[in-house]
Amino acid sequence: MTGYRDDPARIGALVRDDAVHRDAYIDPGIFRIEMERVWARTWIYVGHVSQIPEPEDYLTADIATEPVLMIRQADGGVRAFRNRCAHKGAKLVADRSGNTGRFLRCPYHNWSYRADGSLAAIPLRQGYDGTGLECSEAVRGLRPVATSIYRGLVFARLSEDGPGFDEWFGGALSSIDYMADRSPEGEMEIAGGVLRYMHDSNWKFFVENLNDTMHPMAAHESSAGTAKELWADQPADAPKPMAIEQLVPFAGSYDFFDKMGVRVFENGHSWSGVHFSIHSAYAAVPEYEAAMVGAYGEARAKDILGTVRHNTVYYPSLTIKGAIQTIRVVRPIAVDKTLIESWSFRLKGAPDIFFKRNVTYNRLINSPMSVVGHDDQQCYRLLQEGLAAGGNEWVNLQRDYHPEERGAADLTVNGTSEISMRNQFRVWARLMSTP
Amino acid sequence: MTEVEIVRFIYREARLLDEKRWDEWYELFTEDGHYWVPLTRDQPDAEFHTSLAYEDRLLLRLRIERLGRRPPSQHPESWSQHVLQAPEIESHDGEAWLTRTAFHYAEARGDEMQSYTGLVLHHLVEVDGKPRIRLKRVNLLNCEAALPSIQLFL
Repeated sequence: MTGYRDDPARIGALVRDDAVHRDAYIDPGIFRIEMERVWARTWIYVGHVSQIPEPEDYLTADIATEPVLMIRQADGGVRAFRNRCAHKGAKLVADRSGNTGRFLRCPYHNWSYRADGSLAAIPLRQGYDGTGLECSEAVRGLRPVATSIYRGLVFARLSEDGPGFDEWFGGALSSIDYMADRSPEGEMEIAGGVLRYMHDSNWKFFVENLNDTMHPMAAHESSAGTAKELWADQPADAPKPMAIEQLVPFAGSYDFFDKMGVRVFENGHSWSGVHFSIHSAYAAVPEYEAAMVGAYGEARAKDILGTVRHNTVYYPSLTIKGAIQTIRVVRPIAVDKTLIESWSFRLKGAPDIFFKRNVTYNRLINSPMSVVGHDDQQCYRLLQEGLAAGGNEWVNLQRDYHPEERGAADLTVNGTSEISMRNQFRVWARLMSTP
Repeated sequence: MTEVEIVRFIYREARLLDEKRWDEWYELFTEDGHYWVPLTRDQPDAEFHTSLAYEDRLLLRLRIERLGRRPPSQHPESWSQHVLQAPEIESHDGEAWLTRTAFHYAEARGDEMQSYTGLVLHHLVEVDGKPRIRLKRVNLLNCEAALPSIQLFL
Protein backbone atom coordinates (compact mmCIF):
# COMPACT_ATOMS: atom_id res chain seq x y z
CA MET A 1 0.00 0.00 0.00
CA THR A 2 1.34 3.44 -0.88
CA GLY A 3 0.36 6.97 0.21
CA TYR A 4 2.78 7.07 3.13
CA ARG A 5 4.74 10.12 2.06
CA ASP A 6 2.49 12.77 3.58
CA ASP A 7 1.37 10.75 6.56
CA PRO A 8 4.17 10.54 9.17
CA ALA A 9 1.90 9.00 11.77
CA ARG A 10 1.06 6.19 9.40
CA ILE A 11 4.73 5.49 8.73
CA GLY A 12 5.47 5.57 12.45
CA ALA A 13 2.72 3.01 12.99
CA LEU A 14 4.59 0.51 10.79
CA VAL A 15 6.94 -0.17 13.69
CA ARG A 16 5.77 -1.66 16.97
CA ASP A 17 8.01 -2.40 19.94
CA ASP A 18 8.32 -6.03 18.92
CA ALA A 19 7.14 -6.22 15.31
CA VAL A 20 7.30 -4.42 11.98
CA HIS A 21 4.69 -4.14 9.25
CA ARG A 22 5.45 -6.03 6.04
CA ASP A 23 5.14 -2.84 3.97
CA ALA A 24 8.53 -1.79 5.36
CA TYR A 25 10.08 -4.42 3.08
CA ILE A 26 7.80 -4.67 0.09
CA ASP A 27 6.25 -1.25 -0.60
CA PRO A 28 8.03 0.68 -3.41
CA GLY A 29 6.78 3.99 -1.96
CA ILE A 30 8.37 3.19 1.38
CA PHE A 31 11.63 2.43 -0.43
CA ARG A 32 11.65 5.89 -2.06
CA ILE A 33 10.99 7.53 1.31
CA GLU A 34 13.77 5.46 2.87
CA MET A 35 16.24 6.77 0.33
CA GLU A 36 15.30 10.36 1.18
CA ARG A 37 14.85 10.16 4.94
CA VAL A 38 17.17 7.33 6.05
CA TRP A 39 19.86 7.05 3.37
CA ALA A 40 20.26 10.71 2.37
CA ARG A 41 20.20 12.07 5.92
CA THR A 42 22.69 9.75 7.56
CA TRP A 43 26.35 8.85 7.02
CA ILE A 44 26.81 6.37 4.21
CA TYR A 45 30.06 4.55 3.43
CA VAL A 46 31.62 5.63 0.13
CA GLY A 47 35.08 4.03 0.06
CA HIS A 48 38.54 4.08 1.58
CA VAL A 49 41.24 6.70 1.08
CA SER A 50 43.70 3.99 -0.05
CA GLN A 51 41.59 3.59 -3.21
CA ILE A 52 42.35 7.17 -4.29
CA PRO A 53 46.01 7.65 -3.30
CA GLU A 54 47.00 10.33 -5.87
CA PRO A 55 45.59 13.80 -6.57
CA GLU A 56 42.61 13.66 -8.97
CA ASP A 57 42.06 9.93 -8.33
CA TYR A 58 38.37 9.24 -8.04
CA LEU A 59 36.00 6.52 -6.91
CA THR A 60 32.28 6.37 -7.61
CA ALA A 61 29.42 4.90 -5.64
CA ASP A 62 25.64 5.04 -5.67
CA ILE A 63 24.35 6.43 -2.40
CA ALA A 64 20.61 6.45 -1.77
CA THR A 65 20.37 5.49 -5.47
CA GLU A 66 22.15 8.74 -6.44
CA PRO A 67 25.48 8.68 -8.30
CA VAL A 68 28.30 10.15 -6.21
CA LEU A 69 32.04 10.44 -6.75
CA MET A 70 34.84 11.22 -4.35
CA ILE A 71 38.05 12.84 -5.56
CA ARG A 72 41.47 13.18 -3.95
CA GLN A 73 42.45 16.85 -3.81
CA ALA A 74 45.84 18.37 -4.52
CA ASP A 75 46.22 19.15 -0.79
CA GLY A 76 45.65 15.48 0.12
CA GLY A 77 42.07 15.99 1.26
CA VAL A 78 39.04 14.18 -0.10
CA ARG A 79 35.88 15.78 -1.46
CA ALA A 80 32.68 14.20 -2.69
CA PHE A 81 30.17 15.42 -5.26
CA ARG A 82 27.04 14.36 -7.05
CA ASN A 83 28.30 12.58 -10.17
CA ARG A 84 26.32 14.82 -12.52
CA CYS A 85 27.30 17.50 -15.00
CA ALA A 86 25.94 20.90 -13.96
CA HIS A 87 24.84 21.52 -17.56
CA LYS A 88 22.50 18.85 -18.92
CA GLY A 89 22.97 16.35 -16.12
CA ALA A 90 25.02 13.58 -17.71
CA LYS A 91 26.87 11.36 -15.29
CA LEU A 92 30.39 12.77 -15.43
CA VAL A 93 32.45 9.64 -14.87
CA ALA A 94 31.20 6.24 -15.91
CA ASP A 95 34.07 4.07 -14.64
CA ARG A 96 34.03 2.82 -11.07
CA SER A 97 37.42 4.42 -10.42
CA GLY A 98 40.19 6.26 -12.21
CA ASN A 99 41.94 9.60 -12.46
CA THR A 100 40.22 12.72 -13.74
CA GLY A 101 43.34 14.32 -15.16
CA ARG A 102 43.73 18.06 -14.79
CA PHE A 103 40.07 18.64 -15.54
CA LEU A 104 36.99 16.55 -15.13
CA ARG A 105 35.37 16.90 -18.53
CA CYS A 106 31.83 15.98 -19.42
CA PRO A 107 31.92 13.72 -22.50
CA TYR A 108 28.72 15.25 -23.92
CA HIS A 109 29.50 19.01 -24.35
CA ASN A 110 32.97 19.36 -22.79
CA TRP A 111 31.93 21.40 -19.77
CA SER A 112 34.92 20.92 -17.49
CA TYR A 113 35.48 21.07 -13.75
CA ARG A 114 38.39 21.26 -11.34
CA ALA A 115 38.95 18.58 -8.69
CA ASP A 116 37.35 20.95 -6.16
CA GLY A 117 34.13 20.83 -8.18
CA SER A 118 34.29 24.37 -9.53
CA LEU A 119 33.42 25.03 -13.15
CA ALA A 120 36.63 25.55 -15.14
CA ALA A 121 35.46 26.06 -18.71
CA ILE A 122 32.48 26.02 -21.07
CA PRO A 123 33.06 25.78 -24.85
CA LEU A 124 31.95 28.84 -26.83
CA ARG A 125 31.25 30.70 -23.62
CA GLN A 126 30.16 33.89 -25.38
CA GLY A 127 26.93 32.08 -26.21
CA TYR A 128 25.93 32.77 -22.61
CA ASP A 129 26.74 36.48 -22.70
CA GLY A 130 23.84 38.44 -21.32
CA THR A 131 21.85 35.30 -20.42
CA GLY A 132 22.37 35.60 -16.67
CA LEU A 133 24.44 32.42 -16.49
CA GLU A 134 26.17 33.83 -13.40
CA CYS A 135 22.87 33.46 -11.51
CA SER A 136 22.18 29.90 -12.69
CA GLU A 137 22.50 26.60 -10.86
CA ALA A 138 24.84 25.43 -13.60
CA VAL A 139 27.58 28.00 -13.00
CA ARG A 140 28.03 26.79 -9.44
CA GLY A 141 29.67 23.59 -10.67
CA LEU A 142 29.42 20.20 -9.04
CA ARG A 143 27.14 19.83 -6.04
CA PRO A 144 29.26 18.96 -3.00
CA VAL A 145 28.34 16.26 -0.53
CA ALA A 146 29.40 16.40 3.12
CA THR A 147 32.13 13.90 3.95
CA SER A 148 33.73 12.59 7.09
CA ILE A 149 36.77 10.33 7.25
CA TYR A 150 37.38 7.89 10.08
CA ARG A 151 40.56 5.77 10.02
CA GLY A 152 40.61 6.22 6.24
CA LEU A 153 36.97 5.16 5.74
CA VAL A 154 35.10 7.88 3.88
CA PHE A 155 31.45 8.48 4.68
CA ALA A 156 29.11 10.93 2.97
CA ARG A 157 25.82 12.56 3.91
CA LEU A 158 23.79 13.71 0.91
CA SER A 159 21.39 15.92 2.82
CA GLU A 160 22.54 19.26 4.12
CA ASP A 161 20.60 18.58 7.28
CA GLY A 162 21.24 15.60 9.48
CA PRO A 163 23.18 14.40 12.47
CA GLY A 164 26.91 15.03 12.80
CA PHE A 165 29.23 12.09 12.15
CA ASP A 166 30.24 11.43 15.78
CA GLU A 167 26.72 12.05 16.96
CA TRP A 168 25.41 9.47 14.48
CA PHE A 169 27.88 6.64 15.15
CA GLY A 170 28.87 7.34 18.76
CA GLY A 171 30.41 4.44 20.69
CA ALA A 172 29.94 2.01 17.80
CA LEU A 173 33.02 3.49 16.09
CA SER A 174 35.29 1.37 18.27
CA SER A 175 34.87 -1.60 15.91
CA ILE A 176 36.63 0.37 13.16
CA ASP A 177 39.45 1.20 15.58
CA TYR A 178 39.79 -2.44 16.61
CA MET A 179 39.99 -3.43 12.93
CA ALA A 180 42.59 -0.80 11.95
CA ASP A 181 44.61 -1.35 15.12
CA ARG A 182 45.16 -4.98 14.12
CA SER A 183 47.83 -3.45 11.90
CA PRO A 184 51.02 -2.90 13.94
CA GLU A 185 51.19 0.43 12.05
CA GLY A 186 47.55 1.24 12.71
CA GLU A 187 46.80 1.48 8.99
CA MET A 188 44.91 -0.54 6.43
CA GLU A 189 44.54 -0.48 2.66
CA ILE A 190 41.92 -1.90 0.35
CA ALA A 191 43.35 -4.77 -1.72
CA GLY A 192 42.45 -8.01 -3.46
CA GLY A 193 39.40 -6.93 -5.46
CA VAL A 194 35.72 -6.50 -4.71
CA LEU A 195 33.04 -9.16 -4.81
CA ARG A 196 29.78 -7.71 -6.11
CA TYR A 197 26.79 -9.89 -5.27
CA MET A 198 23.38 -8.87 -6.57
CA HIS A 199 20.54 -9.71 -4.22
CA ASP A 200 16.94 -9.79 -5.42
CA SER A 201 15.63 -8.68 -2.05
CA ASN A 202 15.18 -5.66 0.22
CA TRP A 203 18.31 -4.13 1.77
CA LYS A 204 17.04 -4.53 5.34
CA PHE A 205 16.98 -8.33 5.13
CA PHE A 206 20.73 -8.29 4.58
CA VAL A 207 21.46 -5.72 7.29
CA GLU A 208 19.28 -7.53 9.83
CA ASN A 209 20.83 -10.89 9.00
CA LEU A 210 24.31 -9.79 10.04
CA ASN A 211 23.43 -10.00 13.71
CA ASP A 212 20.74 -12.66 13.31
CA THR A 213 22.46 -15.41 15.26
CA MET A 214 19.51 -17.78 15.08
CA HIS A 215 19.90 -18.51 11.36
CA PRO A 216 23.34 -20.14 10.86
CA MET A 217 22.40 -23.51 12.34
CA ALA A 218 19.33 -23.63 10.10
CA ALA A 219 20.26 -21.88 6.86
CA HIS A 220 23.93 -22.96 6.86
CA GLU A 221 23.52 -26.52 8.06
CA SER A 222 24.10 -27.78 4.53
CA SER A 223 27.42 -25.94 4.09
CA ALA A 224 28.98 -25.58 7.57
CA GLY A 225 27.45 -28.85 8.74
CA THR A 226 28.96 -30.65 5.74
CA ALA A 227 32.34 -29.00 6.37
CA LYS A 228 32.21 -30.22 9.96
CA GLU A 229 31.42 -33.78 8.84
CA LEU A 230 34.13 -33.80 6.18
CA TRP A 231 36.69 -32.94 8.84
CA ALA A 232 35.21 -35.10 11.62
CA ASP A 233 37.47 -38.12 11.00
CA GLN A 234 40.69 -36.13 11.13
CA PRO A 235 42.92 -36.48 14.19
CA ALA A 236 42.75 -33.52 16.56
CA ASP A 237 46.32 -32.45 15.78
CA ALA A 238 45.93 -32.59 11.98
CA PRO A 239 46.76 -29.18 10.48
CA LYS A 240 43.42 -27.56 9.72
CA PRO A 241 42.94 -26.08 6.25
CA MET A 242 41.94 -22.43 6.37
CA ALA A 243 38.58 -23.23 4.75
CA ILE A 244 37.71 -25.70 7.51
CA GLU A 245 38.87 -23.27 10.18
CA GLN A 246 36.55 -20.64 8.74
CA LEU A 247 33.48 -22.65 7.72
CA VAL A 248 33.01 -25.06 10.61
CA PRO A 249 32.26 -22.38 13.28
CA PHE A 250 29.12 -21.44 11.31
CA ALA A 251 27.80 -24.78 12.51
CA GLY A 252 28.11 -23.62 16.13
CA SER A 253 25.34 -24.45 18.59
CA TYR A 254 22.51 -22.20 19.73
CA ASP A 255 24.33 -21.98 23.04
CA PHE A 256 27.51 -20.77 21.29
CA PHE A 257 25.73 -17.96 19.48
CA ASP A 258 23.68 -17.04 22.54
CA LYS A 259 26.75 -16.71 24.78
CA MET A 260 28.51 -14.64 22.10
CA GLY A 261 26.38 -11.68 23.16
CA VAL A 262 25.08 -8.69 21.21
CA ARG A 263 25.53 -5.00 21.96
CA VAL A 264 23.30 -2.28 20.56
CA PHE A 265 23.80 1.47 20.34
CA GLU A 266 21.35 4.23 19.57
CA ASN A 267 20.80 5.05 15.87
CA GLY A 268 20.59 1.40 14.84
CA HIS A 269 24.22 0.33 15.26
CA SER A 270 25.15 -2.99 16.83
CA TRP A 271 27.67 -5.78 17.01
CA SER A 272 27.40 -9.42 17.90
CA GLY A 273 30.33 -11.39 19.26
CA VAL A 274 30.76 -9.22 22.34
CA HIS A 275 32.63 -11.91 24.26
CA PHE A 276 33.91 -14.24 21.49
CA SER A 277 32.84 -15.20 17.97
CA ILE A 278 33.21 -17.60 15.07
CA HIS A 279 36.60 -15.93 14.48
CA SER A 280 38.03 -16.68 17.93
CA ALA A 281 39.78 -19.97 17.19
CA TYR A 282 41.99 -19.07 14.22
CA ALA A 283 45.57 -20.30 14.53
CA ALA A 284 47.90 -17.96 16.42
CA VAL A 285 50.81 -16.24 14.63
CA PRO A 286 53.48 -15.65 17.32
CA GLU A 287 55.73 -13.31 15.28
CA TYR A 288 52.74 -11.04 14.63
CA GLU A 289 51.64 -11.05 18.24
CA ALA A 290 55.16 -10.00 19.23
CA ALA A 291 55.03 -7.15 16.70
CA MET A 292 51.70 -6.04 18.11
CA VAL A 293 53.05 -6.00 21.66
CA GLY A 294 56.01 -3.98 20.35
CA ALA A 295 53.68 -1.48 18.70
CA TYR A 296 50.96 -1.10 21.32
CA GLY A 297 52.33 -2.50 24.58
CA GLU A 298 51.21 -5.70 26.29
CA ALA A 299 47.81 -4.55 27.59
CA ARG A 300 46.50 -2.79 24.48
CA ALA A 301 47.83 -5.54 22.15
CA LYS A 302 45.99 -8.14 24.23
CA ASP A 303 42.85 -6.02 24.11
CA ILE A 304 43.04 -5.62 20.32
CA LEU A 305 43.73 -9.28 19.59
CA GLY A 306 41.15 -10.45 22.11
CA THR A 307 38.43 -8.39 20.47
CA VAL A 308 36.96 -10.65 17.78
CA ARG A 309 33.54 -9.19 17.15
CA HIS A 310 31.34 -11.09 14.71
CA ASN A 311 29.60 -8.36 12.65
CA THR A 312 29.31 -4.67 13.39
CA VAL A 313 26.50 -2.83 11.64
CA TYR A 314 27.07 0.86 10.95
CA TYR A 315 23.46 1.58 10.17
CA PRO A 316 22.37 1.61 7.44
CA SER A 317 25.15 1.07 4.87
CA LEU A 318 28.27 -0.52 6.27
CA THR A 319 28.88 -3.82 7.99
CA ILE A 320 32.34 -4.84 9.08
CA LYS A 321 34.19 -7.86 10.38
CA GLY A 322 37.14 -6.38 12.23
CA ALA A 323 38.61 -9.73 13.26
CA ILE A 324 39.08 -10.73 9.62
CA GLN A 325 39.22 -7.21 8.04
CA THR A 326 36.43 -7.61 5.52
CA ILE A 327 33.62 -5.15 5.01
CA ARG A 328 30.29 -5.58 3.29
CA VAL A 329 28.73 -2.47 1.85
CA VAL A 330 25.00 -2.20 1.20
CA ARG A 331 23.86 -0.40 -1.98
CA PRO A 332 20.06 -0.41 -2.27
CA ILE A 333 18.79 -0.28 -5.85
CA ALA A 334 15.05 -0.93 -5.56
CA VAL A 335 12.62 -2.22 -2.96
CA ASP A 336 13.52 -5.77 -3.99
CA LYS A 337 17.06 -5.28 -5.34
CA THR A 338 20.26 -4.68 -3.37
CA LEU A 339 23.90 -4.82 -4.36
CA ILE A 340 26.29 -6.11 -1.70
CA GLU A 341 29.96 -5.20 -2.21
CA SER A 342 32.51 -7.17 -0.20
CA TRP A 343 35.95 -5.59 0.18
CA SER A 344 39.17 -6.76 1.82
CA PHE A 345 41.61 -4.71 3.86
CA ARG A 346 45.29 -5.50 4.06
CA LEU A 347 46.78 -4.71 7.46
CA LYS A 348 49.97 -2.72 6.94
CA GLY A 349 52.93 -4.34 8.63
CA ALA A 350 51.15 -7.65 9.31
CA PRO A 351 52.31 -11.02 7.90
CA ASP A 352 50.78 -12.19 4.60
CA ILE A 353 48.76 -14.91 6.28
CA PHE A 354 46.24 -12.35 7.56
CA PHE A 355 45.50 -11.09 4.09
CA LYS A 356 45.30 -14.65 2.81
CA ARG A 357 42.77 -15.43 5.55
CA ASN A 358 40.79 -12.36 4.64
CA VAL A 359 40.72 -13.16 0.92
CA THR A 360 39.83 -16.80 1.61
CA TYR A 361 37.02 -15.84 3.96
CA ASN A 362 35.64 -13.28 1.56
CA ARG A 363 35.60 -15.82 -1.27
CA LEU A 364 34.10 -18.61 0.82
CA ILE A 365 31.35 -16.50 2.36
CA ASN A 366 30.63 -13.45 0.21
CA SER A 367 31.05 -14.57 -3.41
CA PRO A 368 28.07 -15.03 -5.73
CA MET A 369 29.42 -18.59 -5.90
CA SER A 370 29.55 -19.06 -2.11
CA VAL A 371 27.79 -22.11 -0.68
CA VAL A 372 27.08 -20.01 2.43
CA GLY A 373 25.86 -16.98 0.49
CA HIS A 374 23.51 -19.06 -1.67
CA ASP A 375 21.40 -20.08 1.29
CA ASP A 376 21.32 -16.57 2.80
CA GLN A 377 20.26 -15.18 -0.56
CA GLN A 378 17.57 -17.82 -0.88
CA CYS A 379 16.19 -16.95 2.57
CA TYR A 380 16.06 -13.22 1.73
CA ARG A 381 14.26 -14.03 -1.49
CA LEU A 382 11.78 -16.22 0.37
CA LEU A 383 11.15 -13.32 2.75
CA GLN A 384 10.55 -10.98 -0.18
CA GLU A 385 8.09 -13.41 -1.77
CA GLY A 386 6.50 -14.63 1.46
CA LEU A 387 5.63 -11.13 2.66
CA ALA A 388 3.39 -10.70 -0.37
CA ALA A 389 1.01 -12.86 1.66
CA GLY A 390 -1.68 -10.96 3.52
CA GLY A 391 -3.66 -12.17 6.49
CA ASN A 392 -0.84 -11.39 8.90
CA GLU A 393 0.60 -7.91 8.30
CA TRP A 394 3.34 -8.23 10.93
CA VAL A 395 6.89 -9.53 10.96
CA ASN A 396 7.64 -10.81 14.43
CA LEU A 397 10.80 -9.50 16.17
CA GLN A 398 9.86 -10.56 19.67
CA ARG A 399 12.69 -12.87 20.74
CA ASP A 400 14.00 -11.72 24.14
CA TYR A 401 12.04 -8.48 24.02
CA HIS A 402 12.03 -6.49 27.26
CA PRO A 403 10.30 -3.09 27.53
CA GLU A 404 13.34 -1.65 29.40
CA GLU A 405 15.42 -1.87 26.22
CA ARG A 406 13.46 1.02 24.65
CA GLY A 407 15.47 4.21 24.72
CA ALA A 408 18.69 2.52 25.88
CA ALA A 409 21.71 4.20 24.29
CA ASP A 410 24.10 1.29 24.86
CA LEU A 411 22.97 -2.16 25.94
CA THR A 412 24.55 -5.63 25.93
CA VAL A 413 22.33 -8.72 26.02
CA ASN A 414 22.36 -12.41 25.10
CA GLY A 415 23.46 -13.14 21.54
CA THR A 416 20.29 -14.74 20.19
CA SER A 417 18.08 -11.79 21.10
CA GLU A 418 16.42 -10.02 18.17
CA ILE A 419 17.24 -6.72 19.85
CA SER A 420 19.52 -5.53 17.03
CA MET A 421 16.60 -5.62 14.56
CA ARG A 422 14.23 -3.84 16.95
CA ASN A 423 16.95 -1.30 17.56
CA GLN A 424 17.33 -0.70 13.81
CA PHE A 425 13.59 -0.20 13.39
CA ARG A 426 13.40 2.30 16.22
CA VAL A 427 15.71 4.72 14.43
CA TRP A 428 14.11 3.80 11.10
CA ALA A 429 10.68 4.82 12.40
CA ARG A 430 12.07 8.06 13.81
CA LEU A 431 13.79 9.05 10.57
CA MET A 432 11.00 7.85 8.31
CA SER A 433 8.31 9.81 10.11
CA THR A 434 10.32 13.06 9.91
CA PRO A 435 9.23 14.86 6.71
CA MET B 1 47.60 -39.08 -24.88
CA THR B 2 46.42 -38.00 -28.27
CA GLU B 3 44.70 -34.77 -29.23
CA VAL B 4 41.52 -36.73 -29.85
CA GLU B 5 41.62 -38.16 -26.31
CA ILE B 6 42.15 -34.71 -24.82
CA VAL B 7 39.28 -33.19 -26.76
CA ARG B 8 36.96 -36.08 -25.86
CA PHE B 9 37.92 -35.63 -22.22
CA ILE B 10 36.92 -31.97 -22.22
CA TYR B 11 33.54 -32.69 -23.77
CA ARG B 12 32.99 -35.50 -21.29
CA GLU B 13 33.89 -33.25 -18.37
CA ALA B 14 31.15 -30.78 -19.32
CA ARG B 15 28.66 -33.57 -19.89
CA LEU B 16 29.27 -35.05 -16.43
CA LEU B 17 28.46 -31.64 -14.93
CA ASP B 18 25.26 -31.17 -16.90
CA GLU B 19 24.13 -34.69 -15.98
CA LYS B 20 24.95 -33.99 -12.31
CA ARG B 21 27.36 -36.91 -12.20
CA TRP B 22 29.43 -34.91 -9.73
CA ASP B 23 31.16 -37.85 -8.06
CA GLU B 24 32.55 -38.95 -11.40
CA TRP B 25 33.46 -35.35 -12.23
CA TYR B 26 35.32 -35.00 -8.94
CA GLU B 27 37.49 -37.99 -9.84
CA LEU B 28 38.72 -36.15 -12.95
CA PHE B 29 40.83 -33.87 -10.72
CA THR B 30 44.35 -34.73 -9.59
CA GLU B 31 44.98 -34.87 -5.85
CA ASP B 32 46.31 -31.30 -6.03
CA GLY B 33 43.74 -30.19 -8.60
CA HIS B 34 41.86 -26.88 -8.43
CA TYR B 35 38.73 -25.36 -9.92
CA TRP B 36 39.20 -21.61 -10.29
CA VAL B 37 36.88 -18.80 -11.37
CA PRO B 38 38.92 -15.55 -11.17
CA LEU B 39 37.28 -12.28 -10.18
CA THR B 40 39.23 -10.07 -12.56
CA ARG B 41 40.62 -10.28 -16.06
CA ASP B 42 44.14 -11.77 -16.21
CA GLN B 43 44.10 -12.33 -12.44
CA PRO B 44 47.54 -13.78 -11.69
CA ASP B 45 46.91 -15.24 -8.28
CA ALA B 46 44.15 -16.80 -6.18
CA GLU B 47 45.71 -16.73 -2.72
CA PHE B 48 46.20 -12.98 -2.33
CA HIS B 49 43.34 -11.80 -4.49
CA THR B 50 39.70 -12.65 -4.07
CA SER B 51 38.15 -14.99 -6.63
CA LEU B 52 34.58 -15.95 -7.40
CA ALA B 53 35.68 -19.52 -6.64
CA TYR B 54 38.98 -21.25 -5.95
CA GLU B 55 38.43 -24.77 -4.76
CA ASP B 56 40.69 -27.70 -4.01
CA ARG B 57 39.35 -31.23 -3.74
CA LEU B 58 38.19 -30.66 -0.17
CA LEU B 59 36.06 -27.67 -1.13
CA LEU B 60 34.76 -29.40 -4.26
CA ARG B 61 33.76 -32.36 -2.11
CA LEU B 62 31.96 -29.96 0.24
CA ARG B 63 30.11 -28.35 -2.66
CA ILE B 64 29.07 -31.72 -4.08
CA GLU B 65 27.94 -33.13 -0.72
CA ARG B 66 25.96 -29.97 -0.01
CA LEU B 67 24.17 -30.10 -3.36
CA GLY B 68 23.31 -33.71 -2.58
CA ARG B 69 21.46 -32.55 0.54
CA ARG B 70 19.07 -30.33 -1.45
CA PRO B 71 19.94 -27.19 0.58
CA PRO B 72 17.48 -24.25 0.84
CA SER B 73 18.87 -22.60 -2.28
CA GLN B 74 18.16 -25.73 -4.33
CA HIS B 75 14.40 -25.31 -4.10
CA PRO B 76 13.68 -25.13 -6.95
CA GLU B 77 16.60 -27.15 -8.24
CA SER B 78 19.21 -25.71 -10.63
CA TRP B 79 20.22 -27.29 -13.95
CA SER B 80 23.10 -26.42 -16.21
CA GLN B 81 23.98 -26.71 -19.87
CA HIS B 82 27.46 -26.20 -21.26
CA VAL B 83 27.85 -25.50 -24.96
CA LEU B 84 31.49 -25.85 -25.95
CA GLN B 85 33.36 -24.64 -28.96
CA ALA B 86 35.96 -27.12 -30.27
CA PRO B 87 38.82 -27.22 -27.71
CA GLU B 88 42.22 -26.07 -28.91
CA ILE B 89 45.49 -27.36 -27.55
CA GLU B 90 47.51 -24.29 -26.64
CA SER B 91 50.65 -26.06 -25.52
CA HIS B 92 51.99 -29.49 -24.69
CA ASP B 93 54.98 -29.60 -22.43
CA GLY B 94 56.14 -33.06 -21.38
CA GLU B 95 53.30 -34.46 -19.30
CA ALA B 96 51.20 -31.26 -19.22
CA TRP B 97 48.67 -30.00 -21.74
CA LEU B 98 47.07 -26.59 -21.73
CA THR B 99 43.81 -26.34 -23.64
CA ARG B 100 41.51 -23.43 -24.38
CA THR B 101 37.81 -23.84 -24.98
CA ALA B 102 35.26 -21.09 -25.56
CA PHE B 103 32.00 -21.90 -23.84
CA HIS B 104 28.48 -20.81 -23.29
CA TYR B 105 26.95 -21.80 -19.97
CA ALA B 106 23.33 -21.57 -18.93
CA GLU B 107 21.97 -22.21 -15.46
CA ALA B 108 18.22 -22.59 -15.09
CA ARG B 109 16.23 -22.58 -11.87
CA GLY B 110 12.46 -22.38 -11.71
CA ASP B 111 11.28 -19.64 -14.06
CA GLU B 112 14.71 -18.04 -14.36
CA MET B 113 17.72 -18.71 -16.53
CA GLN B 114 21.14 -17.10 -16.36
CA SER B 115 23.55 -17.15 -19.22
CA TYR B 116 27.34 -16.77 -19.23
CA THR B 117 30.14 -17.06 -21.69
CA GLY B 118 33.90 -17.07 -21.55
CA LEU B 119 36.97 -19.25 -21.91
CA VAL B 120 37.85 -22.33 -19.97
CA LEU B 121 41.52 -23.21 -19.66
CA HIS B 122 42.29 -26.81 -18.72
CA HIS B 123 45.70 -27.71 -17.36
CA LEU B 124 45.74 -31.45 -17.87
CA VAL B 125 48.22 -34.13 -16.89
CA GLU B 126 48.35 -37.84 -17.57
CA VAL B 127 47.66 -40.12 -14.60
CA ASP B 128 47.63 -43.89 -15.22
CA GLY B 129 47.31 -43.24 -18.93
CA LYS B 130 44.30 -40.95 -18.61
CA PRO B 131 43.89 -37.16 -18.64
CA ARG B 132 43.35 -35.56 -15.26
CA ILE B 133 42.68 -31.92 -14.35
CA ARG B 134 45.36 -30.07 -12.43
CA LEU B 135 43.61 -26.75 -12.94
CA LYS B 136 40.32 -25.80 -14.52
CA ARG B 137 40.33 -22.04 -14.88
CA VAL B 138 37.11 -20.40 -16.02
CA ASN B 139 37.56 -16.88 -17.36
CA LEU B 140 34.05 -15.44 -17.29
CA LEU B 141 33.53 -12.65 -19.81
CA ASN B 142 31.62 -10.63 -17.20
CA CYS B 143 33.67 -11.65 -14.16
CA GLU B 144 33.63 -8.07 -12.82
CA ALA B 145 29.87 -7.63 -13.06
CA ALA B 146 27.53 -7.68 -10.09
CA LEU B 147 26.34 -11.27 -10.28
CA PRO B 148 23.44 -13.20 -8.81
CA SER B 149 23.95 -16.61 -7.20
CA ILE B 150 25.68 -19.03 -9.56
CA GLN B 151 25.00 -22.36 -7.92
CA LEU B 152 26.38 -25.11 -10.14
CA PHE B 153 29.76 -25.62 -11.83
CA LEU B 154 30.82 -23.48 -14.80
